[in-house]
Amino acid sequence: MLPRVLRRRKSALVGGLILAVVALAALFAPALAPYDPIKVRPAEALSPPSLSHPFGTDQYGRDILSRAMTGARLSLLTGLGAVAVALTAGVVVGLACGVIGGWTDLLVMRVVDIMMAFPGILMALVVVAVLGQGTVNVMLAVSVSLIPTFVRLVRGDVLSVRENAYVEAARALGGAPARVALRHVLPNVVAPIIVISTVAIAWSIILGASLSFLGLGPRPPIPEWGIDLSSGRNYLLRAWWISSVPGFCIMLTVVAVNLVGDALRDELDPRLRSLANL
Amino acid sequence: MPVVVGVSVVVFSIVHLLPGDPVLAILSGANATPEQERELRAQLRLDDPLPAQYVRFISRAAIGDFGRSIFTRRPVIEEIAEQLPSTLELAATAIVIAIVVGLALGLLAAVWHNTWIDRTAMLVALGGVSMPSFWLGLLLIFVFSLQLGWLPATGQGGVTRLLLPAATIGLNYSAVIARLVRSSLLEVLGHGYISTARAKGLSEWGVTLKHALGNALIPVTTIIGVQLGNLLAGTIIVETVFSRRGMGRLAVTAVLDKDYPLIQGVVLVSALGYVLTNLLVDLSYAALDPRIRHREGAKG
Repeated sequence: MLPRVLRRRKSALVGGLILAVVALAALFAPALAPYDPIKVRPAEALSPPSLSHPFGTDQYGRDILSRAMTGARLSLLTGLGAVAVALTAGVVVGLACGVIGGWTDLLVMRVVDIMMAFPGILMALVVVAVLGQGTVNVMLAVSVSLIPTFVRLVRGDVLSVRENAYVEAARALGGAPARVALRHVLPNVVAPIIVISTVAIAWSIILGASLSFLGLGPRPPIPEWGIDLSSGRNYLLRAWWISSVPGFCIMLTVVAVNLVGDALRDELDPRLRSLANL
Repeated sequence: MPVVVGVSVVVFSIVHLLPGDPVLAILSGANATPEQERELRAQLRLDDPLPAQYVRFISRAAIGDFGRSIFTRRPVIEEIAEQLPSTLELAATAIVIAIVVGLALGLLAAVWHNTWIDRTAMLVALGGVSMPSFWLGLLLIFVFSLQLGWLPATGQGGVTRLLLPAATIGLNYSAVIARLVRSSLLEVLGHGYISTARAKGLSEWGVTLKHALGNALIPVTTIIGVQLGNLLAGTIIVETVFSRRGMGRLAVTAVLDKDYPLIQGVVLVSALGYVLTNLLVDLSYAALDPRIRHREGAKG
């Protein structure tokens, strides 16, 4: 399905190519990065972009290109990891609610309503406050903020798919509820889940970097886009490249994810237009 | 209402979900004697059964008593009351910017559908949704404060210091609004009554503004409502970037300092504000959409 979308839509192809480059850079950062991203070289501090340092160096003389490449690992990991956790929780809980119904459904949906009463970043802040700072906790915090959206979406779609005759037929043939849910209901709610997941990846990358920017994520000197952007704030005039490179990296990655996501949405389910804007 | 109770339970639980003993967390670094520790434990009454503690927490919170900040020793409610106006001012300005820019971009894109104007407007919108607010904020500071010197970069007070942070949040959300206005308008423009209006000889702008926009705005209102909470949350980051005072700054400081009473207060007030805004949006929705208004009327 993805290859077809990429072929048919140019914008998705551009997005896909950008993502491939970012992912490769992240994956092979230890081998490809020209310098050690953490080693301090005071003599080379604040050097502007040049042939030896294509994106310049920061206030400690660390190579920005190497840090941006290594930082991509954490950002992608946060984005993908948070969505994977939220997706699993959302599908399991949403499917169960939609299929079982009754009190279980009522109770879980009230809990979801309560979680929805916290705007995403506030929810993430609360989770970080409880769990403490750090890379894994930021990822968990981001995923908790996503779970209610996933549960709601999956449950709503399950409820409507459940009414179809083929589901009733499967039940009438004596299929166990769990089997009917997995074999007959789940495959028919996959499209909207895929679309929401791409939007969620974009949002997770931004939220993860935001938490790091606020100083709640991994600790310096770990290379991370949010941290690096924050550490360059006081050098905007003398060395604009320190903040600009990670800032541009975040934007480029998120634009690319959104391009692919928009195309997938148009391809899979035009009804989701308004939903995806959430 | 059940949501409000649920929110209060969550906020109450924050202290009890903490790893370790909250008393030790509060006293950490203070070189407390065991006596002080006992005193604080008695004061917080942490040995009572949980439901009793919750009832005490909620009855105090209902009259605005969230306890004292561990750090400043001032009542939490005072801290919040001090910061709230700054955030409301920021959010209000931001939403005006978001709606004006979003409507303009969306209208342009819909009326000149499939032309370069449409594509440019949507490219700007894509950039807007993909731009993290802290990066956009720094760019605005760089251009308008450091290079051009038109506006001050940081601090408090006056329209000039409000403009850049409000624009940062506003531009982010205008992108969402623009995309929605465009798709919603395009959908409405396909309806039969629009063809009638065109057949009457109205200009394209006349048709769009007079007949289409009103109906197209209904879904937009919902999204603006949903985004309002996110917009308030957006102040968390923007206040830090621009070193402004406000609820967002307070929340971040509270989390960094592990100042639990303060976290509880800020989170509870923010979540209640969010629930309240959504309620207001639901009500205004009914006012905007005659179909809902009449249905409600028929029921009552």
